[in-house]
Amino acid sequence: MNVLTFVQAFFGDSAHWHGYDGIPSRFLEHVQYTLLALAVAAAIGLPVGLLTGHTGRGGNAIAVVANAARALPSFGLLVLSVLLIGFGLLPVMIPLVVLAVPPILVTTYEAVRTVDPAPVDAARGMGMPESGILFRVEVPVALPLILSGLRSAAVQIVSTATIAAYVSLGGLGRYVIDGLYQRDYEKVVGGATLVAVLALVTLALFWAVGRFAVSPGVRRR
Amino acid sequence: MNGFFDIPSDLQHSWAGLIGVHLREALLPVVAGLLLALPLALLCNRFRWLYPPVLGLTTVLYAVPSLAFFVVLIDYTGQTELTVMIPLALYSLVVLVPAIADGVRSVPDETLSAATAMGFGPVRRYLQVQLPIAAPAIIAGLRVATASSISLVSVGALIGNQGALGNLMAAAQKYDRPELAANAVLTTAVLAVLCDAALVLLRRVLTPWMPRSGRERTAAPREELLTKGAAR
Amino acid sequence: MTSTAKSSRSRTRHHGAAAVALAAAAALLTGCSSGDTSDNPLDGDKAEAGTVVVGSNNFAESTLLADIYGEALRAKGLKVTYKHNIGSRETTYGLMRNGSVTVLPEYNGSLLAYLDEKAAQTSAEEVNTAVKAKLDKQLTLLESSPAEDKDSVALNAATAKKHNLTAESTLADLKEAAPRLVIGGSPEFQTRQQGLKGLESVYGLTFKNFKALDAGGPLTQAALAQNEVQAADVFTTDPTIVKEKFVVLKDPENLFGYANVTPLVRKDALPKEGVEALNAVSAKLDTETLLDLDAQVQLEKKDPLDVAKAWLKSAGLV
Repeated sequence: MNVLTFVQAFFGDSAHWHGYDGIPSRFLEHVQYTLLALAVAAAIGLPVGLLTGHTGRGGNAIAVVANAARALPSFGLLVLSVLLIGFGLLPVMIPLVVLAVPPILVTTYEAVRTVDPAPVDAARGMGMPESGILFRVEVPVALPLILSGLRSAAVQIVSTATIAAYVSLGGLGRYVIDGLYQRDYEKVVGGATLVAVLALVTLALFWAVGRFAVSPGVRRR
Repeated sequence: MNGFFDIPSDLQHSWAGLIGVHLREALLPVVAGLLLALPLALLCNRFRWLYPPVLGLTTVLYAVPSLAFFVVLIDYTGQTELTVMIPLALYSLVVLVPAIADGVRSVPDETLSAATAMGFGPVRRYLQVQLPIAAPAIIAGLRVATASSISLVSVGALIGNQGALGNLMAAAQKYDRPELAANAVLTTAVLAVLCDAALVLLRRVLTPWMPRSGRERTAAPREELLTKGAAR
Repeated sequence: MTSTAKSSRSRTRHHGAAAVALAAAAALLTGCSSGDTSDNPLDGDKAEAGTVVVGSNNFAESTLLADIYGEALRAKGLKVTYKHNIGSRETTYGLMRNGSVTVLPEYNGSLLAYLDEKAAQTSAEEVNTAVKAKLDKQLTLLESSPAEDKDSVALNAATAKKHNLTAESTLADLKEAAPRLVIGGSPEFQTRQQGLKGLESVYGLTFKNFKALDAGGPLTQAALAQNEVQAADVFTTDPTIVKEKFVVLKDPENLFGYANVTPLVRKDALPKEGVEALNAVSAKLDTETLLDLDAQVQLEKKDPLDVAKAWLKSAGLV
């Protein structure tokens, strides 16, 4: 099959494993972009989601912000950012963060909102302070859902970070764009495969974190 | 000097024309995805063992970058709108199959038993009981698929001006005109918001018995969230 | 029981309405096709008999030239459709070969270097003969214009000053400084003979790093001006060379060869009036004119079609 022979040819060529355009270096760049975007998006989405979920207020505002952010096209934001800001990592982070914040924000809010009211009531009855209720009752119970929001955001960033290559940055998108203009299908298919692999690795990592961090009582539910 | 609405001639459409092409390229694949997802979800519910591998395969597909998909298809379908629409239909499928499968499965057993007791055969039960009750979950999936589709059509600009409003974004880059990029981003965003609102309206029409916000403190929203990855 | 039946009927009516609405929307969207006809790469001649399909690559000058050719042909009464922004030569040449595009503005020497890396380029006429020998059987070149736009390696003013290089310096003079410089160009510049490959084999230049930007467009211009890259593949008719005081290095080995603007056409695509029209355009197009037209599009932000039409009128070609 055509696609498979391309994959084989791409990964088999030893030249592809060295240098600034080699697989390890592009893979690493891509991971760096992903981690940075995810960190920034989580830094925005988690606190806001937790706070509004806990107090129950601001749900509508969250829905509106999330819908608006989801409506913005990543490719367009990238071009606009580069035209206005110039080169560098910042114009690439903007579309990726805008993309990742909605799932984190909405899922975290919903996760905390839909926690079973019984333990929360019990904790309040015991005299726990609000922050205690949030971090020691609501978050552990809501953790699976919160993690799923982060996971969803991470996978989308992995896939969309390929657009960084359109504005001269690195990452796995480099293979796709270069392959398009050089008419080198090996590169295109190789790049796509690597992105898919990274997505699977991301899913596996989140599964592992879930097993680790989610309390067995919650997991059994 | 050059206006916000001064569309470069090489895009060969007016601003309104670009919107029309964009909607066509974005929405037809979602409809196609829905038509394919309905039988697929049915199969996944019938044969439970099918669900995890299908879910795994579709997650991997969703991760493949759209541009790579387009480029590989060029040799088969050329630099055309079809090349853009096929991967978008696949992406919609990825979102809709879990939405439909989980939505249908979340119909309470008592309701199904009641329907059977009333004499509903399996087909009627599926069409008149399970699908309608699953409608909110399906519409939630449609909203994600639509938003994602509208955003991804733009990438088609890189394969010979097949990206509708995305062509405007690429032209902004080529001619160094930020106002065109702003136009393209805003127009696309407004289109996405309008399509989303239309789907919310559709949900209210199809499920008049549900509360306005469509959100209840039950298991259903959690399912909705787990399947609802956001737009890409 | 009755109320359930009634409400299930009304629900069905809602479903019916929704289904009809969806179908109608789909039909409307499919019917509402404006502009580009789809085309299959396996289909040779998709265009209706007699329609000329003028294509262009993904940079501004290519769009401008395509518009000039297309409007000149339209003035002779031919039916013309455009396919703009196709991509790099690697793609457009393929579309010329399978007939999806029938007229393309090309650059004779650059095309030769693409078809045959090893071919020497000694004069413009000889280049054209060599190209025609290497072209696909269905394709041919028309007459070349005096206007030239070739690739070149340019440094930004600061880098040139730092390494004591001027407009009189050659690419060979860059050998010492190159390993400390980052060079930028289109993604295909990295693999072409008239690119990094040739720079290394002919002049012995190896650079610190390569940044893939765009084909001589705003991204490359900005990167060079802002010192994101110290050297770049700049097209010689780029109006920002003067504006940003870029230093273009000389190419004594003629790596970048000749690059006269020449129409590449399919042999059966144009009737006699068409060929004459394009040859007339080529006769009147010189480098100075091209520079001016490019500045109108790239600096003054005028629409290329307007610029093309205005020039054709003023040159008496329409």
